[in-house]
Amino acid sequence: MKYVDEFRDPDKAKKLLKEIDKLCSEITLPEDRPIQIMEVCGGHTHSIFRYGLKQLLPDNLEFVHGPGCPVCVLPRSVVDNCIRIAEHDDVIFTTFGDAMRVPGSTKSLLDVKAEGGDIRMVYSPLDALTIAQKNPDKRVVFFGLGFETTMPSTALSIMQAKKQGIDNFYLFCNHITIIPTIKAVLDSPGMRIDGFLGPGHVSLIIGTQPYRFIADDYHKPLVAAGFEPLDILQSVWMVLKQLKNGEAKIENQYSRLVHEEGNASALSPIQEVFELREFFEWRGLGSINHSGVKVNDKYRAFDAEVEFDLKEVTVTDPDVCQCGEVLKGVLKPWQCKVFGKECTPEKPLGALMVSTEGACSAQYSYAQNIDLINKK
Amino acid sequence: MNKKYKGKKITMAHGSGGKASSDLIADIFVNTFNNEYLAIMEDQARFDMPAGRLALTTDSFVVSPLFFNGGNIGKLAITGTVNDLAVSGAKPLYLTCGLILEEGLPIETLDKIIKSMQKTAEEAGVKVVCGDTKVVERGSADQIFINTAGVGVIAEGVEIHSSSACVGDKIIVNGYIGDHGATIMQSRAELAISADIDSDCQVLNHLVQKMLSVSDNIHSLRDATRGGVATVLNEIATDSKVCISVKEDSLPIRVPTRGVCEILGLDPLYLANEGTLVCVVKAEDADTVLEAMKQTKEGENACIIGEVVDGPEGIVALNTLFGGNKIIDKLIGDQLPRIC
Repeated sequence: MKYVDEFRDPDKAKKLLKEIDKLCSEITLPEDRPIQIMEVCGGHTHSIFRYGLKQLLPDNLEFVHGPGCPVCVLPRSVVDNCIRIAEHDDVIFTTFGDAMRVPGSTKSLLDVKAEGGDIRMVYSPLDALTIAQKNPDKRVVFFGLGFETTMPSTALSIMQAKKQGIDNFYLFCNHITIIPTIKAVLDSPGMRIDGFLGPGHVSLIIGTQPYRFIADDYHKPLVAAGFEPLDILQSVWMVLKQLKNGEAKIENQYSRLVHEEGNASALSPIQEVFELREFFEWRGLGSINHSGVKVNDKYRAFDAEVEFDLKEVTVTDPDVCQCGEVLKGVLKPWQCKVFGKECTPEKPLGALMVSTEGACSAQYSYAQNIDLINKK
Repeated sequence: MNKKYKGKKITMAHGSGGKASSDLIADIFVNTFNNEYLAIMEDQARFDMPAGRLALTTDSFVVSPLFFNGGNIGKLAITGTVNDLAVSGAKPLYLTCGLILEEGLPIETLDKIIKSMQKTAEEAGVKVVCGDTKVVERGSADQIFINTAGVGVIAEGVEIHSSSACVGDKIIVNGYIGDHGATIMQSRAELAISADIDSDCQVLNHLVQKMLSVSDNIHSLRDATRGGVATVLNEIATDSKVCISVKEDSLPIRVPTRGVCEILGLDPLYLANEGTLVCVVKAEDADTVLEAMKQTKEGENACIIGEVVDGPEGIVALNTLFGGNKIIDKLIGDQLPRIC
C-alpha cells in the first residue's frame, strides 16, 4: 500500500537496527544503567508493541512509555462528570470511540449507554455538530479530549456552531497540553530518562520550537518522531547519535509533516476558542499547572461546564496503583504490584491499562509470554 | 412479488395469525422457499435423515445496514448457519427461518431479503423447511432480525475438533481476511469513509467437502466470523493446548481493507468474516489441501498463514515483518477506533 509500505520496509529496518546496535555498544552510562528513551506519545507505544520493535533492540536500550495517551490520563472525576451530563434525558453525548471504556468511580460511558443513555461514537467533532443540527430539541455535548492534535478540530466545530447560530451544541473540554507535562516528568524526583521521542502529531500542530527548553535547560535530546516502524527506528538512532556525541538538540525526524514553527492555521482556532486552566488533574500524575485548556469567555455559551454546572471534584486513583512510577520510567509495567492481577485490560484499575495505547495494556496484550516464545 | 404488496408496509396485523399473516406467509415465504416440506403448512417440517451423526446449529442475524456491498442480512442468515454446520465436516441439509419484523418495514424489502435467502440456500444445496414470523411495535426492533437453525449429517470417520490441533500442523485460510468487517464499518454512514470492498459473505460447504475429499488429516476447522481470524486462532490454541505462530507477511489482506483499518486504527485480524475459514491440517497434507482449495471459487486465494509450534499453551503469536514476535490476544470488548 502506497505511503505505508515504504515506511515498513524490513530491509531498511535491518540496516537501522545494525546501526542502533553499534551505537548502543558505544554508549556506557554510570553503573551500567540501561539507556532509557521515553516515547512521549501513546501512538508510539502502540507502534512499538504492534511491530514487536522492543525485542529487536539491544538489551541496554529501554523504552519508557510516556504520558501521551490522552485516554489513559483522563481522571476518574472527568469520566464521572461525563456520566452526570449523559444521564440527562435531553442530552445526546458524543465521544471518540476509545473513551467509552474508561472507568469512572463506579462505571464507564459504555455502561451508561447500556443503561439507556444516548451516547454516540463520533469520528470528528463536526459529526457531533451535525447531530446537533438534526436534533434541535436535544442538547448535544461533545466530549473534547486529546492533546494539541485534536484541539484544532474541536475549536473549529465551536466556531462553526457560533457562526451558524446553533444553540444546542456544547463542548465538555478536557483537552490537555504536552509541554507542561513533559516538564513535570523532567522535574519529578528519580527521573532517569536519557532522551525523548517527541510526539509526531502534536509537533505537527505546535512545531518543534516549544521543546527548546528540554535541550537548553535539561540537556536532554528530543527527536520529533513519526509513527511507522522505520520512523521510530530512525528517531531512536538519532537520539542515540546525540547521546554518543554528548549532544542535546531538538531534531525533527518527521519532517514530511512537522515544521519547526508548527501549523499556523491549526494554531489560530486554538487561540481563538481556548484559554489555559490554572491546573489540570491527571490520572497517575496528579495535578499539573497549566496543563489543560478550557473554553474562553467569548465562547462561554458553548461550554458544557457552565451549561451543566459541573463541580470540579478530585477522585484519587486507588492507592495500590503505581501508574505514576511507570509513567516516569521508575517502574516497568510488570513491576507494578497489581499488573495482570487486580488490574487487567478487562477490568482496568489504573490509567495505563485502559486504552490499547496505554503502556500496561499494550504490555499485557502484546508482550506477555513473549520471552517464552522467543526462547523456543 | 405479488403486486398487492407494492408500497405496503408490515403492520401488527401481519403478526396476528389472521388473514394478513397467512397471506404474507403464502405469498412471500412459501412461494419463494418453494419446497414440499414447507408447502404442507403444518406446525413442523417432517423429513427423513440419511445415516450418520447429526450436526445442529442456530444463529441470529441483526446486522445494520440490512444491505451492504456483497450481501444482505438474508444472504448472511443462510451462509452463517450453513458455514457453522460445514466446518464440523457436516453436509448441511435443512434450515429453519425465524423472523422478527419491526412494524413499518416495507414488504418489498422483506421480499428482497427472502429471495436472497432462497438464492443462497440453492447455492448451498439446502432447503428452508419451516419458519415463524413475529411483528413487534415500531422501535422494539431494528427493521428485521432473523434466526436460522440448521441440521446436517457428518459422514463416518470425519472427526474435526478445535481441540485436535497438533505441533507441526499448518494453518490455512481460504482467502482475504477482514473484508466483511471492513465493508460493514465503511457502509455505516456516521464514519463517512468509502472504500471499494465487498463482504466475503459466501457458503463454504462445497469447499469443505472438497477439502475432506483429499485429506483425512484435517484436524480443526472454524468459520472466522465475529472476532475474526485472531479469535478463532485463540480458540484453537486454547482448546488444543498448543501455541500457534502466524507470519505477518503471509496474511492475505486486500489493500482497501488495510486502508480502512489504518484510518480507523483497527486490526484486520479481529474483523468479522462471513465466508472465511481457518483450517488446521497435518503438515504432510497441507499442500494437497491447499491445491484442492485453490481449484474452488471460495478458495482461489487460499494460503498458509502459519503453523502450530512448540511453545506456551493457549498462545497465538504473530511473527512481524521485522522478525519480532507479538501476542495476538483475545479481543476484550469491541474494537473501538482510536482517537488519533
